Amino acid sequence: MKESLGVYDYWAYDQRPKIEWPGGAKVAFWVAPNIEYYELDPPQNPSRKPWPHPHPAVPGFSIRDYGNRVGHQRQMALLDKYGIRGSVSLSTALCEHHPEIIQMCKERDWEFFSHGIYNTRYTYGLSEAQERAMIRDSMETIHRHTGQACAGYLAPALSHSERTLDLFAEVGEELFGSDGGLYTCDLFHDDQPTPVRVRSGKRFISMPYSLEMNDTIVYAVNKVEPRQYATMLKRHFDRLYAEGAESGTVMCIPTHNYQVSCPHRIKAFEEALAYITGHPDVWVATGREIADYYLKHYFDAALDSMAVQAATAGREA
Amino acid sequence: MALNDDYLDYPKRRHGYDHDRYDWSMLGERPPITWPGGKTLAVWINISLQFYPLNQRGEPFKVPNGMTMPYPDLRHFSLRDYGNRVGIYRVLKALKQHDITPTFAINAQLAEQTPYLVRRLQEHGGEFIAHGWNMDHLHYGGQPIEEEAELVKRSVQTLRRVTGQSIRGWLSPAKHQSFNTPDLLSENGITYCADWVNDDLPYVWKTASKNTLTMMPLSTEIEDQFVMSQNLHSEDAWVTQVKDAFDFLLEESRTAGGRLFALNLHPWLVGQPHRIACLEEVLAHISGHAEVWQAPAGEILDAFTHAEQA
Repeated sequence: MKESLGVYDYWAYDQRPKIEWPGGAKVAFWVAPNIEYYELDPPQNPSRKPWPHPHPAVPGFSIRDYGNRVGHQRQMALLDKYGIRGSVSLSTALCEHHPEIIQMCKERDWEFFSHGIYNTRYTYGLSEAQERAMIRDSMETIHRHTGQACAGYLAPALSHSERTLDLFAEVGEELFGSDGGLYTCDLFHDDQPTPVRVRSGKRFISMPYSLEMNDTIVYAVNKVEPRQYATMLKRHFDRLYAEGAESGTVMCIPTHNYQVSCPHRIKAFEEALAYITGHPDVWVATGREIADYYLKHYFDAALDSMAVQAATAGREA
Repeated sequence: MALNDDYLDYPKRRHGYDHDRYDWSMLGERPPITWPGGKTLAVWINISLQFYPLNQRGEPFKVPNGMTMPYPDLRHFSLRDYGNRVGIYRVLKALKQHDITPTFAINAQLAEQTPYLVRRLQEHGGEFIAHGWNMDHLHYGGQPIEEEAELVKRSVQTLRRVTGQSIRGWLSPAKHQSFNTPDLLSENGITYCADWVNDDLPYVWKTASKNTLTMMPLSTEIEDQFVMSQNLHSEDAWVTQVKDAFDFLLEESRTAGGRLFALNLHPWLVGQPHRIACLEEVLAHISGHAEVWQAPAGEILDAFTHAEQA
């Protein structure tokens, strides 16, 4: 085990080249609906139990099924209403289980990125070859069902190995060249995209996907009241919007169709979407669109800036 | 050492589910239904009456809201018992004020041991559904089928005997099941079950028997114990969430077709003096709407079956 993963260097927030998003926007705003499949009776993993109680885990399975049966279309209607195309964090087996959902998202030109195959199959304990095979399967599945070259990754159930980011970037390059395997959502260290070192040397970045604003963390872990979540989202946006005048920021709302779409919560979510998209200088985008723009315009300047900061610190030391 | 390669086998990766117990179907894609009288929102008020034994076994896990302290945990035992002695009568009074016909999910052992309570519930009026034996007799994966079969049979038969009602509905303690539970319910003449919270309308389940079993989703997310006891939200926040849920489903039902609003309540929690006014506020909010049809769960099931066939 390592003390630190070591895939990015220290880089102070207030000493970076200025980011300007398209149209002079201050915030690049994206919504990442997680569309997941949890198995009713998954195999055991030595490091993590898929369900807290003996299978069948009726409470856990059935509320997640509510998300796919009921919640998805509610959330999609809201995103349509506010002109937002989702960037789907996808349990890719959903392409086989529930292709009707995939079709609805395709018709709206949503993005699909890999969130593993099932959210009940963890990375823990996989060999490098096994993890590579799982990632490759997930990206090939997305391509087969949607025609998209998968650009992003969020490890299934946020289960990682030390090689996860390297493997995703490599498989993306093998399958799609410079069109695939571009960004990870697995790091929560920043409010702007940042370069991430992978062993192949591929131009690869971290995309802000706020765990703090993730509805499952908010509702199921931190047990926040629905209307307070709306307040949190608005405050989060207000600050990133203000700071975005100095250098562009990224705001993501990661959602789950079994959380935000429940009848007692959807009103609060809509309030936040209306508020955010009601501001003029917001670039409503997808994860890939933000990644492409950043890689083209700011990636190299970021590397230079990081090198300068490191050298300056060295001189002062 | 790495996991075996079969960790990456996915034998049930196919259209529909990784099980065969009910059909995959999105609510928004189904033909709209209406409730009797052209109503759009059916309201099911479920009162769960429970017995939490002092000598809790916790097999295979400690039930939520059960005993947590070393034996004898008098604080939790008596706080739960409060609901059956005091809280329920406050709740009944509130229901009466708003002319609500509830559904009583009651542990069979409690019904057998407290005939006076059963008589008062009968006098109030409403439907009884089985709620297992008690809160420490869970149904779970790995439970010997003979043991569970006896538990289901004893619970259903006891409740039929002490209430004189036919008993068609079932709510498992803590909504936990084994893979056998639905088949066992069906064999015992149960026609609907409230355990699976995956829809805002009833849907048909596939059982081994020829009898039809319908799942009647009883929302966990807005029930009093989940919001106030598990999430530790305030009473006022619970009221807001229930009202928001009701308002949303009522609005959706006007355009998308009939919906079910199912609210589960626990007299040991919501029947406390400082909480009962919150229940009254909720009941006032959901009463008096022209599009709302309030009925016991069995009548809602019958209307749903009729509407599906229409």
